[in-house]
Amino acid sequence: MEEQLKNNAPEANEDTDTPLDQNVRLMSPTRMVVRRFFRSKLSIVGLVMIVGLFLFSFVGPLIYTQWGEIELDESGKTEYATAETTYTVNGVEYTLHQTTEKSLKDNFLAPPSAEHILGTDNEGYDIFVRLMYGGRISLIVSFIAVFLITILGVFMGGIAGFFGGVVDNIIMRVCDVLICLPGIPILLIISTILDASGIDAKYRIYLLMIYLTFISWPGTARLVRGQILSLREQEYMVAAEAMGYSAPRKIFKHLVPNVMPQLIVQMSLSLGSMILYEATLSYLNLGVKAPYAAWGTMINIISTNQDILQNHLNVWVPAGICIVIAVLGFNFVGDGLRDALDPKARR
Amino acid sequence: MAEEQKNVTPASDSLLEVHHLRKCFPLKKTITGKVTRELIAVDDVSFSLKAGETLGIVGESGCGKTTLGRAILKLHQPTSGRIFFEGQDITDYTSSQMREIRKKMQIIFQDPYSSLPPRSTVGGILSEPVEVHNIVPKDQVKEYVLDLMDKCGLRSYYYERYPHEFSGGQRQRICIARALSVNPKLVICDEPVSALDVSIQAQIINLLKRLQQEMDLTYVFISHDLSVVKFISDKIGVMYLGSMVEFGAKEDIFANPLHPYTQALFSAIPYPDPDVKMNRIILSGDIPSPANPPKGCRFHTRCPHAKEICKEVTPEYKDYGNGHCAACHLLNE
Repeated sequence: MEEQLKNNAPEANEDTDTPLDQNVRLMSPTRMVVRRFFRSKLSIVGLVMIVGLFLFSFVGPLIYTQWGEIELDESGKTEYATAETTYTVNGVEYTLHQTTEKSLKDNFLAPPSAEHILGTDNEGYDIFVRLMYGGRISLIVSFIAVFLITILGVFMGGIAGFFGGVVDNIIMRVCDVLICLPGIPILLIISTILDASGIDAKYRIYLLMIYLTFISWPGTARLVRGQILSLREQEYMVAAEAMGYSAPRKIFKHLVPNVMPQLIVQMSLSLGSMILYEATLSYLNLGVKAPYAAWGTMINIISTNQDILQNHLNVWVPAGICIVIAVLGFNFVGDGLRDALDPKARR
Repeated sequence: MAEEQKNVTPASDSLLEVHHLRKCFPLKKTITGKVTRELIAVDDVSFSLKAGETLGIVGESGCGKTTLGRAILKLHQPTSGRIFFEGQDITDYTSSQMREIRKKMQIIFQDPYSSLPPRSTVGGILSEPVEVHNIVPKDQVKEYVLDLMDKCGLRSYYYERYPHEFSGGQRQRICIARALSVNPKLVICDEPVSALDVSIQAQIINLLKRLQQEMDLTYVFISHDLSVVKFISDKIGVMYLGSMVEFGAKEDIFANPLHPYTQALFSAIPYPDPDVKMNRIILSGDIPSPANPPKGCRFHTRCPHAKEICKEVTPEYKDYGNGHCAACHLLNE
């Protein structure tokens, strides 16, 4: 038997010689995903939408410098008001036609023109420019929130999934409690407190985003925990244990990278919902406050004047379109990534 | 019993000694955490192994071979018993104390597909343990890894590649290289060839043999393939239902199997000659559940020679000369 083994298997390893030539490079998993992502038309559309919005918001104001975010058009505007008054003196009826000419300082509610591409709003701010600045706020805020949510979620979910037992129980119960909390009512309270404390309108949105992070991380934590629960039983984790790696190394170098596919999908989808959330907050006057612009606050203008809703579509429709584009874009990219990262859908 | 065990001292020349090792997995627990039912995966196993030797552990599926291997590495904390490695009692070492021991004892897994992390390159897989355990200075890591890859029959340009690009045999070479990257003294080979086809099996086994000579390794070679075990081992342990039924030098065991289970097992080795008539001992019945092992001798339900005493009294594990141990009542007559 020993002789046979020796004779049949010369030490030269045949299997390493044949299949792959040195010059042939198979693709890394990441590159395969990128290729599959770009094969889907919808995800390219989504990517174009998002890149377009980014350029519009961050590069736009550098190129189109005609108006600033909080720069009023003070070119003036003349408003005519007519009034008719009817008197009856000694049985004879007199009608008095009166026209008042009012000279106003600000050029508000101007229609689209060469000077104001999308016109001005009810205060006299240029809508096109504010759309760009509003986009900055929305995108920055949603990215910060998603970033914080992901970090906190991965950290807590990783610990819960890896250690299990009591630690897992405590973290998951905290998650349950946070998921039960009603978001908007608490937000109203916080917003009132912020109003009373007199924090600069510019910064309050960031404080609110920290709050959003605080109530939204359980979703990510649950996702990460679930994945890690199944991954930690894999044999390569036993190998890592046998190598004597430390727990943080095992969690963050071996487990979390394998959760990345699901995490990236979750992140891109929640970017969309964060933009929506930010717009809701601003619309409810809880987020960015005047004079600073956000897409939500720009839509909120309609609540001041019924006339704008009906006759000045240029004031609020563009902001709505921007929100739709952003949310759709992030969702398309998220769906595209999910399909690209799904190992079962491999073609 | 526990007191007694703690006083056991290892023989000075052995690399690994296992004394009365027992590993139970709880099946049912009451609310207070008291275990009401348990599965005895490894029951009262003892052996010792000198440096440079290879111990082959054989037995059918579910007899606790893998659990024994993992318990030696303390990947499962033993329920009772003692493990001595290089004369140190490592049984109660904490995981931070174990970290130092880890680079001296390594494991190669059965399935080369699931035991490699899918998202790192071969270079990453092999250099990580070297860096973590500071085997060589940082600037020499790549050189060291390439040298190791060469030793294990891997081309240097595989360094940048991912595990999914390789065949089973190549992956097992990567696993071997990873286990050897920390310069271990003891390697537990947990059925390293059973997932590979026969021609590759021979390559891997020859590689393991060559590396053993080059790097002065000690193997615990777990397998259910008797011809493989016969080829590579110096000593053989036969396991049945969690306990070691026979243990001894390869020559002794193959020449003179004492335990009826060993005899039945060896009679089943296929011989590649159709003209040779084989005297097979066919065992009847199934292997009993380790959650509910039979009383007395565990093998009595299937033993062709079972007597009354076998059903009542657990046979003693005794040395029958030259370190050839077995647990059977029939041998006492």
